[in-house]
Amino acid sequence: MPTTFLLNEKTTTLDAESDMPLLWAIRERALLTGTKFGCGIAMCGACTVHLDGQPVRSCVTTLASVAGRKVTTIEGLQSAAGKAVQAAWIELQVPQCGYCQSGQIMSAAALLENRPAPSDAEIDSAMSGNICRCATYSRIRAAIHRASQSARGDA
Amino acid sequence: MSAGTLRATRRTFLKGTGSAVLTVLTIGFQWGGSTRRAAARSLSPKTATEPRFAPNAFLRIGADDSVTVIAKHLEMGQGAYTGIATIVAEELDADWTTVRVQSAPADVKLYANSVLGNLQGTGGSSAMANSWMQLREAGATARAMLLAAAAKQWRVPVQELTVDNGVVYDAAKKRRATFGSLVKTAALPVPNTVELKDPKNYKLIGHRVARVDVPAKCDGTAQFTLDVDMPGMLVALLKRPPLFGATVKAFDATAAAAVPGVVKVVQVPRGIAVIAEGFWAAKRGRDALNVEWDDSQAEKRSSADLMSEYRRLADRPALSARKEGDAAAAIRAASRTLSAGFEFPYLAHAPMEPLDAVVKLTPSSCEIWAGDQFQTVDQANAAHAAGLDAQQVSIHTLYAGGSFGRRANPGSDYIVEAVSIAKACGADGAPIKLQWTREDDVMGGLYRPMYFHKLEAGLDAQGALTAWRHVIVGQSIVAGTPFAAALVKGGIDSTSVEGAANIAYTIPNIDVELSTTQVGIPVLWWRVVGSSHTTFAVESFLDEVAHAAGKDPFTYRRDLLEHHPRMRGVLELAAEKAGWADGPLPQGRGRGIAVAEAFKTFVAQVAEVTVDPSGGFRVDRVVCAVDCGTPINPDVIAAQMEGGIGFGLGAALYGAITVKDGRVQQSNFNSYRVLRMNEMPKVEVHIVPSAEAPTGVGEPGVAPLGPAVANALFAATGKRHCVFPLVKGSA
Repeated sequence: MPTTFLLNEKTTTLDAESDMPLLWAIRERALLTGTKFGCGIAMCGACTVHLDGQPVRSCVTTLASVAGRKVTTIEGLQSAAGKAVQAAWIELQVPQCGYCQSGQIMSAAALLENRPAPSDAEIDSAMSGNICRCATYSRIRAAIHRASQSARGDA
Repeated sequence: MSAGTLRATRRTFLKGTGSAVLTVLTIGFQWGGSTRRAAARSLSPKTATEPRFAPNAFLRIGADDSVTVIAKHLEMGQGAYTGIATIVAEELDADWTTVRVQSAPADVKLYANSVLGNLQGTGGSSAMANSWMQLREAGATARAMLLAAAAKQWRVPVQELTVDNGVVYDAAKKRRATFGSLVKTAALPVPNTVELKDPKNYKLIGHRVARVDVPAKCDGTAQFTLDVDMPGMLVALLKRPPLFGATVKAFDATAAAAVPGVVKVVQVPRGIAVIAEGFWAAKRGRDALNVEWDDSQAEKRSSADLMSEYRRLADRPALSARKEGDAAAAIRAASRTLSAGFEFPYLAHAPMEPLDAVVKLTPSSCEIWAGDQFQTVDQANAAHAAGLDAQQVSIHTLYAGGSFGRRANPGSDYIVEAVSIAKACGADGAPIKLQWTREDDVMGGLYRPMYFHKLEAGLDAQGALTAWRHVIVGQSIVAGTPFAAALVKGGIDSTSVEGAANIAYTIPNIDVELSTTQVGIPVLWWRVVGSSHTTFAVESFLDEVAHAAGKDPFTYRRDLLEHHPRMRGVLELAAEKAGWADGPLPQGRGRGIAVAEAFKTFVAQVAEVTVDPSGGFRVDRVVCAVDCGTPINPDVIAAQMEGGIGFGLGAALYGAITVKDGRVQQSNFNSYRVLRMNEMPKVEVHIVPSAEAPTGVGEPGVAPLGPAVANALFAATGKRHCVFPLVKGSA
């Protein structure tokens, strides 16, 4: 069944089973492979994308459910907050294996869009759904604070 | 003149590259012209047409000044690519901004890991230790050859030339030549000796060099096996038996084959594979599969029953792993005795990238793409499964989304599965990607073994430790594998007793024994291997001994480490930085210390916990001191300690695979809990300055974390934890 939606600002039609998770549609049909598969049950956050600006787990979001909506993946992350997050990730050398980091960055970017200067508790709340088995959590927290500062211009 | 080391270059690593200018590479597959700093894949091989300087198996310099370092080690997050490139670039005096890293092909003649023996692979935190001299020589040799080329070109003595940042200079005549411009003339004989840099002149080693793989890991372009795509590629999911050791009795593929997108259903030795156009169709097809299993040979026991049996075995005679003096007699004669038993569960590795491999099989070749950790082993096992010779198997090593030991296994399980599926599909050259799900991973075995540890100690009237008895009960990781010959001696699997048989504490009577059990649950090394449980038991029990002796747990340890200055050094540094001398933390809080040596690296940690009246607790802070010899990259070392602490804490708090009547009771991250952001303590890492040869940091940071936390909980509550994980209800 064809589903039309806005994928990284481009009108996109993907033809797939209506119950196919968005994760597999964007990876295998749209060939955007930055979004990762980690658990398939919304427990790890590796597949996080933005749906109408909000972070969602694409492994449990069906393709059919995004019809007419706006989806942003790591490849299409263009917001100032998103760019600040990516720059802070590099500056603080966050990734190790790197597999979860697209999802971490998408969750962090969405957090900063909603809360430009998050507290540690707000970071915990927004980021605890994203598992990193390399446990880069200390650097993720520091990088979110760093990105927050630079996005607000007081770097 | 610098005090650099003059070394004879070992011909072994230069063999097969006699001509220094290569237009056709000597290796099995050719590196593409990717612009990525660290491109861990080459899906569109193209012939190298430009002349390139290839002085040895580890280095290529292009006419465009690019310096490509060839990494024989897997990059799975531990920073190996950056470390490898740093060592080569340092001795080469390369411009770091031009340095790229690409993975080596499977070729044990060129790329063996000298720590592991005649085997190409990554493990035992050995990448830096075994690369150190080899890659310094590789870089220094190339530098000498480039200098010689410039000297010849300019007709000046080589002594008048210098090298800096990828450029050769003739200061007297104000001439310069970039490495790239010397590529064509650098075809000189490989020198017999090279001079290595004096460490005081290091510009990269010991400095905070940015990781080569980080930018691509921040924008989604880093390529993992999951991301491999090729024309005509199919995706396979494999239905494996629910009980370890069960086999297929019969299956009905009708419903699975009817799922749109499913192309084929085939039986392979490990189960029934559903091959489809994509993951989702393969998944739906597998869900629709009807398989009847033959459980007659399967392991049907429960982990709780096994642990009861292990406890009984701990009281029976076992094999001696270390015996000094007469511990039994000394315990009988002691003023005071202590004993304790510790239970450690099975643990899954659960790397973020579930296991996956792409195989392209023809009747005469087998090409593999994977986050491959064990190239020589995987090559041999793939060849066996395919009915080919090992030389017919080529491996493209990609970034691995974590491993923690899982991707290095003697049976190459996921590789062999992928090859067997491609073979069952007719070996027609169509690429097939085998994808594991998280459930496949958590329920699929090859766990850190379950263990029971029984410890006894004898103290004299002054509280001095006079006797130590330690009995370990559990499965052997390497028995029955090709690694047994090297790692099992006199019935003792060294991976079962490391961290226990070699404890550094000075105790006059020591007795360490091992009772190896036979269980049908497949097991494997897990980050820091034996020390993941032995250090936990040793450091928890020693803490108990110190308290029983009325001594401070830090000073008690320190005084027993008089013959081990490096171990003592990290212990003292961690204690100092944690403010141990300030005395105990206030009511409701506690501080614990532990120290370990693993893979020749020394780590001590002090953990601080806060407990709440309901029995819950959180780990607030961990102060870590590490001595890993010459620190190659302090930031990578710190990252590995931070990560090891988080990984170890997740396991200590929640990690447990339990089995009921042969069935694994966990299936995904909902039931196999790991550490999350809100539980990560504040971590401080302190690195001991050292001029010793470098040792590894990927694993050792895990070892002391569990006991440091358990000891902190004891300090806060007076309760000693002996059954893990710490948070009840996790298992």
